[in-house]
Amino acid sequence: MVSFIPTEDQQLLIDTINRYATADIRKTAHEHDEKSEPDLDTIRKGWQIGLIPASIPETIGGFGEMSAVTSALASEELAFGELSTALHIMTPALFAYPLVLYGTEDQQAQYIEMFLDEDIAPATAALLEPGIGFDPHDMKTTATTNGDTVSLNGTKAFVPLAESAEVILVYAKDSESGDVSAYIVETSADGITIEKREQLLGIRALPTYRVNFTNVSVSATAKIAIDYPVILNRMRLGLASMAVGVARASHEYAVDYAKGRVQFGRAIAQNQSIAFMLAEGRIDIDAARLMIWEAAWKIDRGEEATREAVLAKQFADKMVLQVTDSGVQTLGGYGFIREYPAERWLRNGRGFPTFDGLTII
Amino acid sequence: MAIDFEIPEHIIQQQQMVKYIADTTMRPFSRELDENEHARPKEYVEALWPLLSAQQASSLKKIKAKLEAEQNGETTEDKKKDRPSTQYLALMHMVEMLSWGDTGIYLCLPSAALGGSAIEAVGTPEQKIRLLSRFAEGDPVWGAMAMTEPNAGSDTSAIQTTADFDEESQEWILNGEKIFCTSGGLALEESDGLVIVWATIDRGAGRAGMKPFVVEAGTSGVKVVKEEIKHGIRASNTVAISFNDARIPADNILGSRDVQTKGGRGFKGAMATFDASRPLVAASAIGIARASVEFVIEKLAEEGIDIPYGAPYHKLTAVQRDVMEMEADLKAAYLLTMRSISLLDQKISNPLEASMAKVKAGKATTRITQKAVEILGMMGYTREWLIEKWMRDGRINSIYEGTDQINTLIVARRILGYSRSELA
Repeated sequence: MVSFIPTEDQQLLIDTINRYATADIRKTAHEHDEKSEPDLDTIRKGWQIGLIPASIPETIGGFGEMSAVTSALASEELAFGELSTALHIMTPALFAYPLVLYGTEDQQAQYIEMFLDEDIAPATAALLEPGIGFDPHDMKTTATTNGDTVSLNGTKAFVPLAESAEVILVYAKDSESGDVSAYIVETSADGITIEKREQLLGIRALPTYRVNFTNVSVSATAKIAIDYPVILNRMRLGLASMAVGVARASHEYAVDYAKGRVQFGRAIAQNQSIAFMLAEGRIDIDAARLMIWEAAWKIDRGEEATREAVLAKQFADKMVLQVTDSGVQTLGGYGFIREYPAERWLRNGRGFPTFDGLTII
Repeated sequence: MAIDFEIPEHIIQQQQMVKYIADTTMRPFSRELDENEHARPKEYVEALWPLLSAQQASSLKKIKAKLEAEQNGETTEDKKKDRPSTQYLALMHMVEMLSWGDTGIYLCLPSAALGGSAIEAVGTPEQKIRLLSRFAEGDPVWGAMAMTEPNAGSDTSAIQTTADFDEESQEWILNGEKIFCTSGGLALEESDGLVIVWATIDRGAGRAGMKPFVVEAGTSGVKVVKEEIKHGIRASNTVAISFNDARIPADNILGSRDVQTKGGRGFKGAMATFDASRPLVAASAIGIARASVEFVIEKLAEEGIDIPYGAPYHKLTAVQRDVMEMEADLKAAYLLTMRSISLLDQKISNPLEASMAKVKAGKATTRITQKAVEILGMMGYTREWLIEKWMRDGRINSIYEGTDQINTLIVARRILGYSRSELA
């Protein structure tokens, strides 16, 4: 039955995150963007909403189930607050979700505990590699099996929170078969070098790092046999949902501003040039959201959704850039001033087409 | 409720039947009817009339049963349904598939069409039975709606056609001219059909004076004065109609004959029909767009070019990027349309969503079909293939049932919370 209404539980979650995004995240977003440092108190509060435990089944200690649709709803709302914070809170999911979806019982027993803790789990993942564009099907990092151990070699980029992480899920290509798998790597292992913190155009409050792996040896049991295409699709939808959240933040602000800003004796929103820009933005925001929901719904039914996920992500990438740019334009000179949030949303929005694979939601 | 995109099984089955009609009675005649502009799609009409007239007969039967029950003093209660209606969802998909076949031919749908919607929406049970029975039996019959005038396009409140009541003969007398009336000739001159004509009963009252009147075939003083020649949808019958002291029965007005100065239901009634018709025009646009995208992908595949979903941006060719963008726009339009349709089925007010769908579908179809001609190069430009025709057919969707600009204006007013005077 075709319906566009979230369940009551989902709506409750949306409302909870919305209150947190509006009352907490927004308050310190500018300050922490300026300082290029995360607001750990606010992030701790967001972590305690329990999004990740809510995606872990009861049988292994959580209190919910994995749903791509619910994740999409939650991600949009978090990013409506601030993208850096949203990505920060969901970084441990990069590790937790593949563990829940594809991990063995032993792997789950060993690592699930940290995701049920009241402090943010010190876990992340390394997928992207340096270069102008990352092709997930042409990975350079290798995994070479020698008996009971696997040796990892390569350089990863945009690894969020790598410095504080205790475990990293490293994606690598089997040097013989060419298949991509994920490997659980403790950051205390030899051969891991955090090369540098990356300096970015946007999402400045989220520390991301370039990390080198040279002959990092892990047990063969550290391998998680992932369904790589599905993981990639979940990542695409997580990011696309956040793009909708960022766009919505910018758009709502621009609507309010345009109604309040009087020039030539009337609100600038009363000019069709402004009003139409805002109308077109709203149409594309809604369209992107529906495309994400459809693809997520397919994933939850276990159906192949690559085409839908790719199209949703591409549409959202373009949409968020257009909408956040309109946001800056609507504010005119104030759009260029950093004390106003419009330019930050544009810098954050610009990132979406570039950080494919930064996060799994 | 939960977020769900599952199309019910009965609609999927309906789609197979409609596709068969499209494949056999539309596509094979597309070119011929485009080149012979004022010829009629006989095969299509013959295939659809039995189905549509049976539907009309069944709906009239229910109206009659309810009316009789009421006359016998029985109270009738609408049966509470367990699940919401899927009437519009089914209609949306039918219109989409027929337009995938051929939009110009689709518009020659032998049914009460927009005229029927108005009668269904505002008519009394007696009016419905008297006026709609012709669509339930006999030879094919068409209904139509006449709103636009030479000086009243997007501004429908500017119509000049008048209706004056003659107390002596108890008749309405219509005077004026209507243009761009879809299937108006089929309704008035080529069948025993009818046209809903919007006219003012009080020029000083503005919108509140606008009322819908039913003009039946054979009414003296009514004349189809011109059949238009068009850029696209050439198989569709688009006419101008003149009214010179055309007399119609007193009971051929739909709804109240009072002029309400505030909240006049006449004009609002006209606007409310757009809540249903705009999503259906969007569905029609999507049908052409889907035909075009499918055709482009098929032709590219013949040249060994596939669309690698999931490849990184820097490894895609310009044509692959174009096709993916076309597909994304089509999907966006489809889902916005389905959302507005879902609200209709739930009987929830949808003017914002209807206009959003209409704008997106109109623009997407215009862009997709124009891009398709470009991608297919010289062959795209030839009349050997249908793609150039689809580009011409697609273009109307940004124009009729509210231009893209009018619908964008409606969206803008709604999201900004502005009235007509605050955002003109």
